[in-house]
Amino acid sequence: MKLNKTLLALAIGTLLLSACSDSDEKDTSLTDGSQNNTSGINDASTSGLNKGAGLNGSEMNGSGMNGMSGNGDYASTLGPEFNDPNNPLSKRTVYFMLDSSEVMPDFVPVIAAHAQYLIANPSQRITLEGNADERGSREYNIALGEQRAKSVASMMKVKGLSENQLQIVSYGEEKPAALGNDESAWEQNRRVEIVYQPK
Amino acid sequence: MNFFRRILLVMLLALNVPMAHAALTIEITEGIESAVPVAVVPFASQSAPVNISAVVNADLERSGYFKMMAEQGMPGRPSTTAAVNFKDWQAVGQNYLVIGQVVDAGGGQYNVQFQLLDVYKGGQLLGYKMTSSTADLRRTAHHISDLIFEKLTGKKGVFSGRIAYITTNNQGSKQQSQQLQVADADGFNPQPVASSVEPLMSPAWSPDGKKLAYVSFERKTAAIYVQTLATGERVRVAEFPGINGAPAWSPDGTRLALTLSKDGSPDIFVLNVSTRSLTKLTKSFAIDTEPSWSPDGSSIVFTSDRGGKPQIYMVSSQGGQEKRLTFSGGYNARASFSPDGRSLVMVHGNGNDYRIAVMDMATRAINVLTSGPSDESPSFAPNGAMILYASKKGRTGFLSAVSLDGKMQQKLVFNNGEVREPSWAP
Repeated sequence: MKLNKTLLALAIGTLLLSACSDSDEKDTSLTDGSQNNTSGINDASTSGLNKGAGLNGSEMNGSGMNGMSGNGDYASTLGPEFNDPNNPLSKRTVYFMLDSSEVMPDFVPVIAAHAQYLIANPSQRITLEGNADERGSREYNIALGEQRAKSVASMMKVKGLSENQLQIVSYGEEKPAALGNDESAWEQNRRVEIVYQPK
Repeated sequence: MNFFRRILLVMLLALNVPMAHAALTIEITEGIESAVPVAVVPFASQSAPVNISAVVNADLERSGYFKMMAEQGMPGRPSTTAAVNFKDWQAVGQNYLVIGQVVDAGGGQYNVQFQLLDVYKGGQLLGYKMTSSTADLRRTAHHISDLIFEKLTGKKGVFSGRIAYITTNNQGSKQQSQQLQVADADGFNPQPVASSVEPLMSPAWSPDGKKLAYVSFERKTAAIYVQTLATGERVRVAEFPGINGAPAWSPDGTRLALTLSKDGSPDIFVLNVSTRSLTKLTKSFAIDTEPSWSPDGSSIVFTSDRGGKPQIYMVSSQGGQEKRLTFSGGYNARASFSPDGRSLVMVHGNGNDYRIAVMDMATRAINVLTSGPSDESPSFAPNGAMILYASKKGRTGFLSAVSLDGKMQQKLVFNNGEVREPSWAP
């Protein structure tokens, strides 16, 4: 299925290229208007109007096909403690206040529990995915999301977690957990997700 | 050839990629009161697959500068000056008249000619004859609109330009596919540039209009790509640990300013695109991002929260002393220059209200142009007369364009979901 899609994308790319080269050929015949005997009508060149036509569909990324980030469900396969609502390991999202990357006290035990688990399981790796709500500009929100992920990372490192076990990515406002433009959606989107990576 | 076209069309339809029709629907939400009455008479002997006079009529109407005459009320259908009775057009209140002809020249070529006439002076203001292939008929029509617009307003037309933008198809599934597309300025002829289920961001046109730089998370980490539109060839130019974001071309097209956080906090760097040499421009411990070059290439403006809140700063593109430019409002971000370098457009936020504002570089006065509350990603059109930006109502993202005086406004709605991060080709 994945392969099929890739082939299809490649095929389309090729076809677009052939369509494109075809229109490029036509370009050469798109010459200046011939002199016309109607008075007052000037010549005009339309060559160059066609530049940049024929965009190519670029490669689709196969590995991205399984998409959705989030509380990955790989963690829930690691053991019952990851699914027990009374165990802090079942919580894998850390929320933040507006325009802040400071970890709120409620989440300190959650971060500590994950750090301890990871120290005990040194072959396990995680990605900390930083996110922001939709307000403000997108690239600034990428920076804000990264600051949040880094706050969580440094708290884990203070507990003794090795740098090699964690990776950081910020999606800014690009991957909202909740759609909508009110505070109830925004507060769910200002977050860091602790995503366990399949070994 | 036809065979391949047909296969391509079938495949595109199968993938739900819109092709022949507009991806964006454009409506004028506010026009200027002093709109000038213009009549575009349907061009004579139109056998062409594109109705050129209808495209010209729609372009001029969409600009908001003109009040277009409906075909039903026209006192005649002249296609040559000899056939025009100017008094008839004065009687129906028209200031200007556009007439023309499209003649099939055979071999897939059309001869298109038009004239712009002044109804009161009874004479010609413009007249052109051009040859166009079938595939270029829409472009030819937009080119005609540009010529007419410039003659009547003194401002360069932007109808034959293109815009890049990012869409999210909302097809009810959890996997939302994102696409970077390029379309004509009227939303027609959308072409996919890149597709991914992971975020695509920050498209930036090279100054020659041939390439787009953009951010893609397709490898589950941020990277900046430069893609040549004509060939689809694509190069990954930055994939450092951390943020790789906000690419902005230098006016000479040789360098990209960008944001990297490889050294800790996000800073502005300049990357030489061909040699790949990297120069660090800012070194604060705060967030520095969203660089944009002045048209002469001497300075770069950027967003920084070094003062606590995001504000606009400026630095020489060679590095050096950084200077804060904005002081009013709690949030000023994503600034970019007008083509003449005299103003900056930016996101101007107060509380939960984010609007588009223009700052005069000489006086530093800020003029708010839009009504918010979720306006973002502004940039100037190449003629400097319009600003294109993204907006949101409810859950739907759409594009808007506003004139510099704020009097004229258009809305561009993507027909299949959300559209954001618009950028007008140079």
